[in-house]
Amino acid sequence: MSESHSLDSEQVAHLAELARIALTEDEIKKLSGELSVIIDAIAKVSEVATPDVPATSHPIALQNVFRPDVPGKTLTVEQALSGAPEREGDRFKVSAILGEEQ
Amino acid sequence: MSEQTELMDFDKAIELFEPVLGFEVHVELNTKSKMFSDAPNPASAEGEAAAQEPNTMVTPVCLGLPGSLPVVNEQAIRFSISLGLALGCEIAPSSRFARKNYFYPDLAKNYQISQYDEPIAHDGEVSIELADGRSFRIQIERAHMEEDAGKLTHVGGSTGRIQGADHSLVDYNRAGVPLVEIVTKMITGTEGSAPEVARAYVSAIRDIVLALGISQARMERGNLRCDANVSLSPRGSGKLGTRTETKNVNSLRSVERAVRFEIQRQAAILHGGGTIVQETRHWHEDTGMTSPGRPKSDADDYRYFPEPDLLPVEPSKELIDELRAALPEPPAVRRKRLKEAWGFTDLEFQDVVNSDLLVEIEQTVAAGATPAAARKWWTGEIARIANADGVDAASLVTPAQVAELSKLVDSGELTDRLARQVLEGVIAGEGSPAEVVQKRGLKVVSDDSALIAAIDKALADQPDILEKIRGGKVQAAGAIIGEVMKQMRGQADAARVRELVLERAESLR
Repeated sequence: MSESHSLDSEQVAHLAELARIALTEDEIKKLSGELSVIIDAIAKVSEVATPDVPATSHPIALQNVFRPDVPGKTLTVEQALSGAPEREGDRFKVSAILGEEQ
Repeated sequence: MSEQTELMDFDKAIELFEPVLGFEVHVELNTKSKMFSDAPNPASAEGEAAAQEPNTMVTPVCLGLPGSLPVVNEQAIRFSISLGLALGCEIAPSSRFARKNYFYPDLAKNYQISQYDEPIAHDGEVSIELADGRSFRIQIERAHMEEDAGKLTHVGGSTGRIQGADHSLVDYNRAGVPLVEIVTKMITGTEGSAPEVARAYVSAIRDIVLALGISQARMERGNLRCDANVSLSPRGSGKLGTRTETKNVNSLRSVERAVRFEIQRQAAILHGGGTIVQETRHWHEDTGMTSPGRPKSDADDYRYFPEPDLLPVEPSKELIDELRAALPEPPAVRRKRLKEAWGFTDLEFQDVVNSDLLVEIEQTVAAGATPAAARKWWTGEIARIANADGVDAASLVTPAQVAELSKLVDSGELTDRLARQVLEGVIAGEGSPAEVVQKRGLKVVSDDSALIAAIDKALADQPDILEKIRGGKVQAAGAIIGEVMKQMRGQADAARVRELVLERAESLR
């Protein structure tokens, strides 16, 4: 059971690339072990899930929670940019990221 | 773009390969507020102007700030269901939002809220008509709801694109704008009409969302965006080719051109023994070419999972029935009704349909222009300018502006010639027709005394012509009319000038 959920180094490296996090070989090795432990721990849940328990994305049986289409208050530009590590004019400044819009 | 792109002659490409198409059309809904937050929506009629200033239409939800939670906009759900129904889709009794995870700063959360395996609408059909009257049925796979992303400006690159840029600037006004993405099934059998089918399909979607009133649908502003998938299957092989997805296609004209270009490009590569790379390609309006973007990643790279911050959407049968009952008439019925109401000949009406300006003309008539005048302006002068500039006519002026212009002509305040100058001014962004008339001083001289003074002077200057007119040679008046129009800098009604010339010639006897 636990073996089938383990992450190998290749998968960790792939995830790191998707998340745009640079990892060293040592870090990848270390994380493969740590993440596998976490995944295996979470996988225990599926051991108690019997076929009569339907899959759910939410613990509360609610649906159709909506808000009326009424515009409210926005942040000011200063508030919006207050947490920005860098800004240029009234825009967030980010380092050029390789890749394209999704 | 330094690459040399080899193209095969289009007819030859169709002879050797069967084109297979697929489209993803994104529609920005024009709700007053955003999809998951109460920030005003820059894609609404009210929000467009305010969106010019960056980061002025954002809330903590748009910025993905810690502790902020999304709540679904009810109107966006209603609009999405209406659109699904108009596309002939089934509406899912239960649908869910999902997180599409990717790391790119156009969304601050590192994921986009979208729908994955449980879209709100699925399995529909749209009927489209080509210029020659043939019709095609396009099968719709699904229509799902999601949020739009922010806008990035790349700085430092020579072309304003990501390659070579030092850094990028982000405006999150557009982040969270409600979108519906409409995905077709594979479209085969279009043969040489593939580019035309592409255009007609996007035009049909545009007509549907305009008739529903759920989007501003201005392609040049990105309210309606098309990604075109194209692949080629060698004839007789029975095998599907590798597809490319061309993004960034922002006008009906470009949709047609981009599909044609991809067919010719892929055919040249395949015929030369090469292979097609499955990738995203970018359309360049200026060069009429596509260029390679990123290789297409596999769907599970996005690590979709159900959005835990949102609850399932389960529209009641009553709501669906209510929205179904409120749907506008189907396009074919509508065309028949309009043709009769406007009293156009078959030829005139086909002209309107082929120009993709039916909605604009309908709205212009609704705004008070006569059907004949609306048709004349849109398919005439406006289409001519659009064609010369390589843009869609609908992007140049609004129906309300055309109606106003047409009314100024009807009331005699403008001649056709002056009206064309006013139109130029409106297109150049100088304001409404009335404002352009004011600013450019283009009003018709309707003051008879000014005209009479000019006429009397012209007659006195050319006594020989005066004699001819008196002698019954009415056509001689043309020289005087011409002179007076010149004096008035064209700002007089020629018919009125003619009347007055004949009157004055008589009275000076």
